[in-house]
Amino acid sequence: MPAQRTANRALVARLLLMTAASFAFGFALVPLYGVFCEVTGIGTRAALSRAAQAGTAVPDIGRTVVVEFTASVPGGGRFALAPVAVSMEVHPGQLYEARYVARNLAGHESTGQAVPSISPMRASRYFRKTECFCFRPQHFAPDEEREMIVRFFVDRELPPGIDRMTLSYAFYGVEPVAGSATG
Amino acid sequence: MSTAYGSGTAGHVAHHGERPRGLGRWLTTTNHKDIGTMYLVFSLTMFFVGGTLALLIRAELFQPGLQLFNPGFFNQLTTVHALVMVFGAVMPATVGLANWMIPLQIGAADMALPRMNLFSFWLLFFAFVLLISSLFMPGGAPAAGWTLYPPLVLQSGSAFPMAVFSIHLMGASSIMGAINVIVTIINMRAPGMTLLKMPLFTWSWLITAYLLIAVMPVFAGGVTMLLTDYFFKTSFFNAAGGGDPVLFQHVFWFFGHPEVYIMILPAFGIVSEIIPTFSRKPIFGYEAMVYAIASIAFLSFIVWAHHMFTVGMPLAGQLFFTLSTMLIAVPTGVKIFNWTATMWRGSLSFEPPMLFALSFLFLFTIGGFSGLMLAIAPADFQYHDTYFVVAHFHYVLVPGAVFAIMGGVYYWLPKWTGHRYDMELAKWHFWLTTIFVNVLFFPQHFLGLAGMPRRIPDYATQFADWNMVSSIGAFGFGLSQLLFVWLIVKCARGGAPATAGVWDWPHGLEWTVPSPAPYHTFEKAPELK
Repeated sequence: MPAQRTANRALVARLLLMTAASFAFGFALVPLYGVFCEVTGIGTRAALSRAAQAGTAVPDIGRTVVVEFTASVPGGGRFALAPVAVSMEVHPGQLYEARYVARNLAGHESTGQAVPSISPMRASRYFRKTECFCFRPQHFAPDEEREMIVRFFVDRELPPGIDRMTLSYAFYGVEPVAGSATG
Repeated sequence: MSTAYGSGTAGHVAHHGERPRGLGRWLTTTNHKDIGTMYLVFSLTMFFVGGTLALLIRAELFQPGLQLFNPGFFNQLTTVHALVMVFGAVMPATVGLANWMIPLQIGAADMALPRMNLFSFWLLFFAFVLLISSLFMPGGAPAAGWTLYPPLVLQSGSAFPMAVFSIHLMGASSIMGAINVIVTIINMRAPGMTLLKMPLFTWSWLITAYLLIAVMPVFAGGVTMLLTDYFFKTSFFNAAGGGDPVLFQHVFWFFGHPEVYIMILPAFGIVSEIIPTFSRKPIFGYEAMVYAIASIAFLSFIVWAHHMFTVGMPLAGQLFFTLSTMLIAVPTGVKIFNWTATMWRGSLSFEPPMLFALSFLFLFTIGGFSGLMLAIAPADFQYHDTYFVVAHFHYVLVPGAVFAIMGGVYYWLPKWTGHRYDMELAKWHFWLTTIFVNVLFFPQHFLGLAGMPRRIPDYATQFADWNMVSSIGAFGFGLSQLLFVWLIVKCARGGAPATAGVWDWPHGLEWTVPSPAPYHTFEKAPELK
């Protein structure tokens, strides 16, 4: 039945094409996810790690927002990182400086990179860093301890109802950690 | 090669001969009935492998404290149990039923692509050899849960690449199976069998096959990204390199939610065959049933993030995923209504397939309702990762999918073997299974609402009583399944001969061929009345 075989082959080819398209869609989700985070204001790493221009706006003295600082070191053991002050009261529109202390525990020269995140996430697009140690990798001598700064302001457009936000840094060794547990 | 569309002269010589004998038959057969049988036997074997792992889990949880296993091995047990049951037991069982029944239901001589059919079976077989042998690797099997979330899963040992490769093989196998089903249904129906005359089991598989083609490759892509993160230092999910572990959860559940419908839609199809037969009435609202399956399949693509409420998402996202998830209750409700309406004023009898179908109807609905509870984003924060979730998905998968499959086996077994089976034994199997499945899973609702987390080897003593009840149910359920095996073996070996129609009110082409179904059927397309 050659007609049947031709029809079957044509349909198989179409279905294989669909399979390939689905496989490609899986990978397309990677950039789409970035776009989604950007659009919804969750913030991509690129957006969170971009320097903002200091605002020229007049600070909103009538409004006070609490900014809390935390840090974590996923994987543990290679660095210690902690904020100098755990929280700060700020006025939207005014520039502030916060400091973190990091220490290299690896026993040899080591480089770390901080990845910031803001909680609640709908506040993240209103938290502007003009200068941050998270913008570039930080190099440490063995046992070196040093203070690192982040300068920031909270945008005056911050929606009402948000009176508290948390800036959190995850501090990673820059050599990828995945796979290091093998064997 | 004894295939309807085998090429070359050798194929035609063997074509009308006796069926091949011995081991060679099973290694090289391209007959849809043989391959269907192999899938079903494989699935039953995996049901016992996965069940043994489940009993080890329940043995550890029988009492608080760590009695039998260390927590690491316990995590391997839960992970491998889930992977074996989902990909090794439930999915191959429905593929086996599809292989056996779809050609018989649509009047085709065989599946459209018989060699690919055989290939996909053996791919699946070796996928599981690979997965199960990872239990014996240094560092043990994957232990990060069947969802394989990074970064935890990236801490697996040598088992990691084995698990990923085994998922690739399973994926390739199910995609080939799906392509085969679609080509068979679209191109090989008997003349006069229009799409809206097809039996509902065939319909449910046509839609399931499209779901498989749409989402299995996405999962394959996701685990490939895990693999390159692990070996080639890419950073898809590694935050240190600019990736995001939450992305994996999106990729996984974009596959994972349609996957649960891949397991349940064929079950819907089986129940839609059984209930009319034993109500002696055609299905109520045939077209509504078809459209309901199609809408469930469509909705399954836009609800995935309800598995991720606690990961964090904007309010609009929570609202969207809550509402879209609840929307699934509408077509599912249509199906439940139509099954019930089919029985309305029907002439009911309660043979084993009907008992399993009725039990399915009732218990699956319980699982559906707990699913509605989980869909409510604010409530989900309490239920997430507790035994309530475990109770929910076991209710939809065990008294849901597995009961429908068992009902299907009891429904078609006389057609396969040519013998009537032991009705008394089957009823014993049914009642023991139904009672113990509730003893096993119902208390897990209470445990979850009281706050017991899932995937833990030890728990606070306040959870002790219901865990003990649940474990007793588990062993009762597991042992009852030995009756099922005994019954199938007995029926395959002999028994009163079954007629072509088998049941009082047979309906559909599969009941027009003799029992046992001859090795070759519908070589000449049947006339549709």
